[in-house]
Formats: sequence, C-alpha cells, structure tokens
Amino acid sequence: MRKLFVYLKPYWKMVILAPLLMVGEVICDLTQPTLLARIVDQGIVRGDIELVGKTGVLMVGVALLGMMGGVGCTIAASIASQGFGTDLRSAVFQKAQSFSLANVDAFKPSTLITRITNDITQLQHLVLMTLRIVVRAPLLFIGGIIMAISINGKLSSLLMITIPVQVGVFFYLMKRGFPLFVLVQQKIDKVNTILRENLAGVRVVKAFVRSAKERKRFASSNEELMDSTVRALLPMMTLISFLTLVMNLSVVTVLWFGGLLVARDGMQVGEIMAFITYLTQIMFSLMMIGSILMFMSRAGASAGRVNEILETTVSVENPENPDQTSIVRGEVVFERVSFRYHGSGKDLALKNVSFVVHPGEMVAILGATGSGKSTLVHLIPRLYDVTQGRVLVDGRDVRTLDLHTLRSAIGMVPQEPLLFSGTIEDNIRWGNDAASEEEVVEAARVAQIHDFILTLPCGYHTLIGQRGVDLSGGQKQRIALARALVRKPTILILDDSTSAVDVATEQRILREMRRVYRGTIFMIAQRVSTVMNADKILILDAGELVAQGSHPELLESCAIYQEMYKLQVGEESAHYASR
Amino acid sequence: MPHGRGERDASPYSGLHRGPGGLPLGPGPMGHAFLGSPIKPRNTVNTVRKLWKYFRSHTLHLATIFVLVMITSLSALVGPYLIGKAIDNFIIPKNFPGLSSLVIFMVVLYLGNSLLLWLQGRLTAKTVQKIIFEMRKEAFDALQNLPVRFFDGILHGDLMSRVTNDLDNISNSLSMGVTQIFSSLITLIGTVIVMLWLSPVLTGISMIVTPLTFLCTQAVSRQTRKYFSENQTILGELNGLVEENISGLKVVKIFSREEKEREKFHVVNERLRDTSIRAQIYSGIVGPLMNTLNNASFALVGGFGGWLAIQKVITVGTIASFITYSRQFSRPLSELATNLNMLQSAIASAERIFQILDEPPEPPDPPDAEEPERLRGEVEFRNVSFSYREGVPVLENVSFHVQPGQMVALVGPTGAGKTTIVNLLTRFYDIDSGTILIDGKDIRTIKRDILRSLLGIVLQDTYLFSESIRENIRYGRLSATDEEVEEAARLAHAESFILKLPEGYDTFLFDGGKNLSQGQRQLLAIARAILADPAILILDEATSNVDIRTEKYIQSAMRRLMSGRTSLVIAHRLSTIRHADMILVIQEGKVIERGTHEELLQKKGSYYRLYMSQFGGESLPRIPLSVEGE
Repeated sequence: MRKLFVYLKPYWKMVILAPLLMVGEVICDLTQPTLLARIVDQGIVRGDIELVGKTGVLMVGVALLGMMGGVGCTIAASIASQGFGTDLRSAVFQKAQSFSLANVDAFKPSTLITRITNDITQLQHLVLMTLRIVVRAPLLFIGGIIMAISINGKLSSLLMITIPVQVGVFFYLMKRGFPLFVLVQQKIDKVNTILRENLAGVRVVKAFVRSAKERKRFASSNEELMDSTVRALLPMMTLISFLTLVMNLSVVTVLWFGGLLVARDGMQVGEIMAFITYLTQIMFSLMMIGSILMFMSRAGASAGRVNEILETTVSVENPENPDQTSIVRGEVVFERVSFRYHGSGKDLALKNVSFVVHPGEMVAILGATGSGKSTLVHLIPRLYDVTQGRVLVDGRDVRTLDLHTLRSAIGMVPQEPLLFSGTIEDNIRWGNDAASEEEVVEAARVAQIHDFILTLPCGYHTLIGQRGVDLSGGQKQRIALARALVRKPTILILDDSTSAVDVATEQRILREMRRVYRGTIFMIAQRVSTVMNADKILILDAGELVAQGSHPELLESCAIYQEMYKLQVGEESAHYASR
Repeated sequence: MPHGRGERDASPYSGLHRGPGGLPLGPGPMGHAFLGSPIKPRNTVNTVRKLWKYFRSHTLHLATIFVLVMITSLSALVGPYLIGKAIDNFIIPKNFPGLSSLVIFMVVLYLGNSLLLWLQGRLTAKTVQKIIFEMRKEAFDALQNLPVRFFDGILHGDLMSRVTNDLDNISNSLSMGVTQIFSSLITLIGTVIVMLWLSPVLTGISMIVTPLTFLCTQAVSRQTRKYFSENQTILGELNGLVEENISGLKVVKIFSREEKEREKFHVVNERLRDTSIRAQIYSGIVGPLMNTLNNASFALVGGFGGWLAIQKVITVGTIASFITYSRQFSRPLSELATNLNMLQSAIASAERIFQILDEPPEPPDPPDAEEPERLRGEVEFRNVSFSYREGVPVLENVSFHVQPGQMVALVGPTGAGKTTIVNLLTRFYDIDSGTILIDGKDIRTIKRDILRSLLGIVLQDTYLFSESIRENIRYGRLSATDEEVEEAARLAHAESFILKLPEGYDTFLFDGGKNLSQGQRQLLAIARAILADPAILILDEATSNVDIRTEKYIQSAMRRLMSGRTSLVIAHRLSTIRHADMILVIQEGKVIERGTHEELLQKKGSYYRLYMSQFGGESLPRIPLSVEGE
C-alpha cells in the first residue's frame, strides 16, 4: 500500500487542499448551531428583529462558505484520486508491457487485465474516500475526546476501556477481512478467465454444443465469487453492528455512572447531556474511520496484487550499457544453446543447439510437432533468454544488444497472426510507421494480399475486429507477413506463418519474397517442398539439432530428412510418375 | 476466422455495436470496432425497471430487510427519547433504583438493536450478492446464446469489463445503497410527521428549499449518470486495449511497438481520467450541496421562526424542538440524495449489462424442430448463396451432393469461401438463399444443438480451455471414460507428446493452450473430434501446423475414422485429399470444377494447375520410390 503512495506525489497540492477545504465545511457545520443559539438567546428573547435578520443572513453566508469548502474538497479529492489511478494504471501497463513472455506465462493474462483495471479502480476509490474523510473523522474524534475530558475526567476514564476495545476489534476484523478480499479478487480473475475463453473459443463451444458445460463451469466460479464476496463482507457487517453496540452501551454506562455521580458528587445534569453528545461524536468518528479501514482491506488486497506486477523482475531486460550499433549484416550464430521453459521441470526445450547462419542466407527449420522449432526462433529477438549458451547476431551476444535496436532489425511472423483492432493499413504499418504508402502496398503485394484488400469496400482502410477475426486464417497470416516485410528487416523470421495459405499462393509469396528481399530468412515449415530451395535446412528432433545442410546434402546423409521427403514428396512423385 | 472475402455488415446487433446517437461506429459499413465516445442519453426508467426484475424475485428478503431497517431505525429514534426520560425522571430526582432498571431495559434494547442490525447487514450482503450473481449468470447465458456473428466484431476486453467491472460497480452501489435508502426514507417520513405535528407553518417554511433540493439533485443526477456511463464505456475500451496488448504481447515486442501502444493507452487512460474526475465530482457534490441547502433552510427557520416568535405566534420552545427535528430531517435527506446519486453509477453500469441481454440471440429452433438421434450422413447444398456483408457475395449458387460415407474435399485459394461452407453447415451463420439438406432435411428444421452435436468439427483455429488435457479431449463427448479419452488421444497420435508432459493427461492448459505448440493443439482438437464419433466429419485445415510424419500418422487414423462416415475436408495440401470421392474446386464463391482426382487431372483445368504448382513443378525431382501411396 505504502509503496503506491508515490503515485499521489504529483497531486500533493490537491491531496493537501482537499482536507483543508473539508475543514471549512466542518467549521461551517459547527458554527451554525452557535449562530442559531444567538438568534434564540439574543434576538428572540430581546425582541431584536434586526439581529435576527442579520444573523440569518450571516448563516446563509456561512452556509455558502461551507458549500465552497465541500464542493472544493470534492473537486480536489476527485482530481487527486483519479489522477493517481490514471498514473498508476499507466505505470502498471508499462510494466506489464516490459514483461517477457516468461513473465506473462507466470502471471496468466486474465489476471493481468483484472489488475490493471478492476484492482486499480478499487485503489482509486480508497484514495477518494480517504481524502474526503481523513480530516473530518480525526478532527471530530480528537475534539470530542478533549471536550469529554474537560467535562468530566472520571467519566472519561470510560473511554480508556471502550476505545481500545473498538480499535482492537477493528484490527482483528481487518486482519480477517484482508485475506478474504484477496480471495475475492482471485475469484474475479477466474470468472474473467472463463469468460475470455468463451469469447475466444466461441466456435468450439458451439460446434461441440458445450454451452451447458460452459454455463456450469461459469456458474461454479460465479458462485465462488458470490460466496467469497459475501464472506468478505460479513466481518464488515459484524463490525458495524458491534461498533453501534459499543457506542450505545457506552451511552447507557454514562447514564448510569452519571446518575451515580449526580447523586453522590453533585455532578450537573447538563454535563451528562453534553458528555453524551460528545461521546456520540467520538463513536461516530470512530465508525467513520472503521468503515474506511474496512474499505482499506479490500483496497489493500488490490494494492498487493498491483504491487506484485510492479515488483516483478522482468526476466528479459535491456542490458545496462546496451550496444546500439545497428544490425546490418544479419549473421546469426547459436553456440551450444539450451533452453528450458519456466515451470516445465527439468525438460529442456532445446538441447545444446549450435549452428551458423551467414548474412542473406535462407534457413529452413524442420522437425516434428513440439520439437522446439518455435522456441528456437523466439530466442533470436530475445522473447525468451537462453538457459545456457549464447545467441549471437552480427557476432554480438543478443543479451548485450539494445533490445530496441535488436528487435527493429528483425521482422517476425508468428504462428498466430495476432492482428490488432484498427484498419488493415494500421496493422501493416505496425511494422514500420515511417513506411510510405507505396511501401505498404509493396509489402502487401509481396505477401499476395494486395489484390484481396482492394476487393474490400474500404480497401486498406477497412477496419478489422478483435484480432482480425473478420478474415480467414490465410488472409490474417498474409497481413501479418506484410507487417513484417514492410519493416525491411535484416533478419526475417517466418514461424510456420503460411500454414493456412494455399500452396500456389505460398509459392508465389516465396518467389516474390526472394526477389525483393535480400536479408537473412529463418523459416519454419512443415512441407519439404517449401524448404527445398533453402540454403540451409536445420532438422530438430525433441529439442536437439540432429542435422543441418542443404537439401541435396541432407537427402544424402540424413535419415530423418529422407523419411520426410519420401513421405511427402515420394508418394506424389511416385504417383505422378506412374501416370 | 472464416469467410471468403467479406466482413460482416454493420450488424443488426444494435446496442453493442452502436456508438453515440445509435450511429454505427467506425467509418463506413465495415466499422464495428468499439469506440468509446460520448453516450447518448439512455432510457433510465427502462433500465430501472429491468433492474427491478432482479429484485422482485427476492421480495421476501427485501421485505425482511425493510422490516429490520424499520425496527432498527425506529429504535435508534427511541434512544434519545429514553435518555431524556432517564434524565428527567430518574437522574434529576436522584432515583437510583429506577435508573438502574431503565438502564437494564436500555441495554436489552440496544443488544436487540445490534443483533437486528447484524442480521440486516448479513441479509443485505447475501441478497445483493445473489442478485449480482444472477445478473452475471444471465449475462453469460445470454452470451452463450448469441450468434457467432456477434463475437466476430467486438472487443473481448470490453465484454469482460461489463461482466466484471460493471457488475462490481453495481454491487458496490447496491450494498451500500439499499439499506441506507430504506433507513433514510423511514427516518425522513417519521420526522416530517413530527414536524407537521409541531408546527405546520414552520414545516412549510423549512420545506421551501425542498423543491430546490429536488431540482438540484435532478440536474446533478443527470450529469452523474452521463459521466458514469461514459466512464464505464471508456473503462471497457481500456480493458479491451489491455486485453489485446496482453494477448498480443509477443507481437508488440517483436515490432518494438511498446511506445506506440503506450501512447494509445495513454490517450484512452487520459480520457478515462477526465470523465471519471467529472463523474466523481458530480456524484460527490450532492452531499455538500444538500448540506448547504439544509443550512439555508436552517437559517430560514431561525430567521422567520424568530420573527414569528417575536410576533408571539409561536413559542421559543417550539423553535428549539423544531430546529432539532429539522436537523434530523436534513441528515436522511442528504443521505438519500447522495445514495440516489450513487445509484446513477449503478444504473449506468446496469445499462451496459442489459445491452448484452438485449442482443438478439440465435433465432430459436422452430417448435416442430426435429431431433434425429443419428444421421446417415447425406449432405446436400442446393443453390446456396451467402454473403457476410450485403452486396459482397461470398458463395454464389453453390450446389453439391455428398452421399453417406463419402469423402468430399474442398480446395481453392484462400478466401474462396471454403470455410464459409463449414460456417453454414454448422449454422454459425444462416444462408441467404437456397437450402442445405442433411439426410434430405433442411438443416433449419433440425434442432441446432442436435445438428451440431452430430457433426464432428476440427476447426482452423484450435481453441483449448484452461482445464487439464484430459478434460479438453473429453470436450468431444462428456460421457467418455478416461480409457476412451486416452484411446482417442492415441488414435490422433497425441499420446506420445502428452506422456512427455510433466503431468501427462492431467497437465493443466492455460490461456487457450498457449503452453503447447500449435501442432500439438491441433492433435488435441483431432482427438476431440475422434472422441465425438460423429456421423459427419468436418476438417478445416486440420493438419496445417503438423509436421509431415505426424500428419501421415493422423491421416491413417483419419482414414480409419472416416470410413463409414461422411467427411468434408478442407485442405491446402492436395496430397491429403487424393483419395476423396469428390473434389470441389471453389473459386470466388463458386464451384468451378468437380470430380475425382483422376478426372480433374485429366480435365487439365484449375485443379490440374493447382496440383502442378504443388507437385509437378520443376523443383521436384522425380525420383523413383518404392513407397506407394498406401
């Protein structure tokens, strides 16, 4: 909680102003009765109409002053709290952006989303409430105590019992409430997760008619959310009724003891009445503080979750003295690289992989499903860092390079296209903001998507929805390809990124790409026909690099490759030949 | 994911896709992105009525709460009276035993009061949370009933924000609001009665400001609602942006777009700040405003009452008690105003929930819809035309006939409309004209759920749920035993990789199965379809990310699976469909060629060219091999 207070700093003027203005309102509230007393005591009793009128006007004036205080406090508190929330949200978002994929894997996306919006909203609320009450309650509390003691010391000793009891109960219930609210936020995460899956997987749910199952799954986490919310709220209810009870019992005690004192020590009856008034005031302010504290326990749960993001060590970070020399050659070397995913036990996803790719070469990577192909290419732009060994680009370890410099030299087309909502042009320009219109079109042309775009009513300005769901898989892949090409990267990485494109189109893409693009190419593919023209083919098997070489070399020496070749091409050839 | 060339139209799903003034969002007909711009004033009465529906089913609880609040409020009013009694009757006369018995009575009373207060709090918390639970449930149920079309054009993050952030907001406002409004009302009514009894004239005077109060609250409320509504919309937009960024973080990083995305975030975030400051100010100033009006009325009563007293119309004592009561009158009044104002934010959020509920669901099955238990597997498209967007036909006059047990392959360039055929057969979308028949029956006369459950579909986008691998496979048939699940995995050649995972079949998947490679996800999807054991199989690019060796295995499994079943296969690799009974070549939404592999090759048309580009090309040395097709 405390660590997040720094985000209030820019608003310190408002933070101070809000309670000060609130003092104005409190003063106004306190003076009104006195003024009224003057009307009665001095005006009416003496029949002084002029004084009555004057005081009446004065009261209106004070009321207006009070309003200015109250409204001003609201404005200042709103500005400070919402500003605080906004800044914090930005900071958390920025931090989440800096996360490596390993960090995101560890957090799970849904919870990151909840934390950035829902949790921060809770905190914002807390700040707002606090600023509006922070002066009022303690002022009333301290004022009340002083007045009570000044009236009767003996009766005040009662406070020495009740106040500690109340404070003790507060803290006890807060301590109990806190983990319950942590649970509530976790349940919100869970609801969010199921919701998100059902949105993204709507076709699967419908195709398998599993809406009843999903409903049940949602219902159970919905119910958990309800139960945990109720459980977290109950201590609050207990607190409120308990505080009321203590307050009322104190009053009764004062009456009883007061009666005794009046009888024995000649205490004034009026003193009892005044004492009760102040006692009530003290208890009320305590209740106010109590409700804020309870609120704090929910916000505290949120603060913890937000802090967790802010305090996470980003596993892939820019080096301290980054090498910003731009990457121009595109040479890539893997030196005995091993890699293990976070939380996957001892299993290595890559084992001792070494190879050299010269500038301008086209490298194809083949291997069975799950053999580590995607993992391998992810290491080049440092989406993950190696567990052992080194990845060198242009002769320099990627971990010494400036991240931005490194990544801006790389164009990658991931397996899933992951387009963003916006226009097609926006999406292609993602790769390079500075690209001219011609360059955008050129990239689209090479990716064989230009003609299709032109058939759309708004052409390049067509909006595509959440992750481009409006387009077929092949269309999305080709836009993602154009996005990488427009970057004119030194190293281009294609992660099985034409799998949904038909073969004829794919051939055209490859041909065009080789014609206009001169950089290094990494290409993950499934089809031997796609990779036969590569300068070098890497064969991965269960994380190990089992062979590398050109098509003829591998056909000569590598059993796995021979088998692949036979499996795919063989039967076709055989079939073709037999015709 | 699907369709050929088009996008959806600015769909008929009015609420969610509309922006201010009910105008479709975005430039031109393609627009359906969610843009958070100012909200048109909506129908509050309507929203409140809908909200009330949720309360109605808890009438008993609410009545109980009301009674409890009444008792606790009244007993709170009795307290001061008893204190006065104690002083007047016992303390001043120094009647100590009498005081003791009254004190004991008060202790009992207060204990009872606190107990009731506690019960009331518990009951309120439970009831409100139950209502929220029901709203959340209904929102989810409504989502389940919406057509695929709806999900294709909406920011997921915004929908998520509605179901979590907005409901959270309603929950907060209601749990505070419900009892406070009750108790304020009761106190208010009680006080007014006493005041009238004391002096109707002074009551009249102190009420002078009441219409002003009312107007003031009205004006502020309107603003509060407007800004809260805007606030929640922008929050939804922000949630959408965050969701996209987290889901697409990989791409953000690869393209070093952090800065740009941050700017986008900042813009929305700043907008959120501006509206939320306004929303908070408007909702916050009601308190001070009411306070001021009350103080003003105080001054009026004092001034005017003083004048009356001097004129000897009323006594000073009356003024004194009257003032005490008008003090008491003012507190619940401003509480009421504050709470009603707070409820505005709940209403703004409720509106966003009801928008989901108001979306037209998939059209219901006709009452006489058939529920066939099994299918022979005959599929016929008769003159089917379809477009996602008016004026951009995706399929034109497509006809073909598949006999039970046949394998039909759909080939053609991306975007030709192949996936659309699958979308239509599964009734993800409904056709514009023509008929689709299964076993001779129009599919629109078959219950939608039954139809889908009889089809086995492996989609282009494989989606897995965050459950164990076992449960994900079991998705195909919920009644399947563990052995059957494992058998299906074996048949799909998924078992070898599953067993290599740390916890085998019990490995928990997260985030759509991101912890598996795409190929592995495809294998699981195939296992799922195998388990479903459908009469008609639909494979949409099912093996595109699987390596050749695995694909071979799957194909042999598939062939086994397909025998005796009708299957519709969409493939890019022509090698996979050579054995098809019929191949349909689709281009620009039309079937341009049909026939068997041999027939089409002989025809030397589009298929021949497609085939040659893939296999016949110069790049392919024709080495003699002993491996026969199979």
